[in-house]
Amino acid sequence: MTAQATAGEAVPPIVLEIEAADRGHRTRFRIWFLLTWVVVLGALGTFLLAKVGVNVGFLQEWLPFIIGGVWVTLFISVVSIFFAVILAVFGALGRLSANPFFNGLASLYVSVVRGTPLIVQILFIFLALPAAGIVVPPLPTGIIALSFNYGAYLTEVFRAGIQAVPGGQVEAARALGLPERAVMRRIILPQAIRIVIPAVGNDFIAMTKDSALVYVVGVQELLWRAQAAGRPTGQSFQTIIVAALMYWGLTMVLSAFQARLEKRMAAGDRNR
Amino acid sequence: MNESTNDASIADIAPGMTVDAPAPVHDPFATPGALTPAGASTIVSATNLEKYYGHNHVLKGCTLEVYPRETICLIGRSGSGKSTLLRCINFLEEPTAGTIVVDGVEVKADPLHHRSSADRERIRKIRTSAQMVFQEFNLFPHMKVIDNLIEGPIKTKGVPREQAIATAEKFLDKVGLREKRDEYPARLSGGQKQRVAIARALTMEPKVLLFDEPTSALDPTLVGEVLKVMAELAHEGSTMIVVTHEMAFAREAADRVYFIEDGVFVEVGLPDQVIEAPRDPRTATFLSRLLNKV
Repeated sequence: MTAQATAGEAVPPIVLEIEAADRGHRTRFRIWFLLTWVVVLGALGTFLLAKVGVNVGFLQEWLPFIIGGVWVTLFISVVSIFFAVILAVFGALGRLSANPFFNGLASLYVSVVRGTPLIVQILFIFLALPAAGIVVPPLPTGIIALSFNYGAYLTEVFRAGIQAVPGGQVEAARALGLPERAVMRRIILPQAIRIVIPAVGNDFIAMTKDSALVYVVGVQELLWRAQAAGRPTGQSFQTIIVAALMYWGLTMVLSAFQARLEKRMAAGDRNR
Repeated sequence: MNESTNDASIADIAPGMTVDAPAPVHDPFATPGALTPAGASTIVSATNLEKYYGHNHVLKGCTLEVYPRETICLIGRSGSGKSTLLRCINFLEEPTAGTIVVDGVEVKADPLHHRSSADRERIRKIRTSAQMVFQEFNLFPHMKVIDNLIEGPIKTKGVPREQAIATAEKFLDKVGLREKRDEYPARLSGGQKQRVAIARALTMEPKVLLFDEPTSALDPTLVGEVLKVMAELAHEGSTMIVVTHEMAFAREAADRVYFIEDGVFVEVGLPDQVIEAPRDPRTATFLSRLLNKV
């Protein structure tokens, strides 16, 4: 916020002083903010290193194996968010449907999935379903559980997104004579999707972390590999820290993408 | 809103009750306009329209007939029912009773929503031939101007894309916005948006245009450009029904003016007569309030 002086009009000194004070305040804030991170992380790191230390030889051997799990984690998350979004679109249409069957079905889905823990859903598919003769391998188990779970949360997000499209849009589309399907597909959904993109991004980031839960059924993702390497060798300290740092780095990268996407959407021509 | 008690007439049209062969009701004020070709029959006829919102009686048996190439202005206070009447014509509102005929396609009120698919198809036909321009423009923000214009013709009428684009460009020229062809609506001023909305309606090549307070959401400095386009359309012989508070426009462009209050047409006539020399005291009160507010 710089002073916009009218042409030819002198800016009084106090205005410049306020600006300088503002700048100084912001700079001091940044320095202290950064310092807090460096000091706290440094203290924590030093303490742990002094107490346990980095097992260089062990990590040299196992690090590539553990880090390879990042790709599995990303793969599971990407595939699952894809199916979750598809489920959510149909779920939202169901939740808004005038048809009691579709509406009831969608509401039941949301209620059951949101009312039970993700870990229970994973174990239900992997351990309970075989009793009914349905055997699902680990990787599909993880993907199905995550898709259904996030699909339910995203159903509510999409429902809100569709409801946030102004009523005038529907009226204008109907007034043009568009068939109801086209009103939904061409007018409402494209606008609703723009509204929900930030929320879907947040859920995707959350999912990369929740995907760690599928290690219990033996999907060889990041956490499973950390456990597999650390447990038998008694080096869990090394491997869990590595996994945590990987998850943290992943979310920071994804959050940066997310922030850029949102900024672009806010500035874009297409927004109202 | 006060509950009025003198609407015995609604008993005749209450849902579930059938009325034996009602005598056809005609708009006693309908007269072909100056531009109407000789012998033409009405293009819009709304007969005995009734509308309830809950227990609130908004339209109390309005009958309106419009001939080709006429411009009709509906005036009245906010809440008098004029917008509701307009929105009943293309079934954005479901009338509680009454019949709508647009360009020979007839649909009766169906307040309980038991419509057949054939009837729903008829409503789509009515909407196609009676294009509405909204107070809030309602352009599609995710589409460029040109895509806003061709969406209807392609999806509703199955017009080939190239042809729809050619028609759209012709009407963008008409409203003076050809150069905004590839802009998104967010980049346009309110007046430009409304002119695009008018072009969008025209690209459907409708039989009648319905304007729902088209300048009420505009900055006062932008009202003129929209009214100019509308006046041009009126003088070229577009059939138009305009809900408006712009008395200067009504006087200049309308063939007939309908003054509506509490869901009833109180006074109808030539614009000069209704606006300059209202006979009904309610019209006079409304006009003096409207014109003296400046």
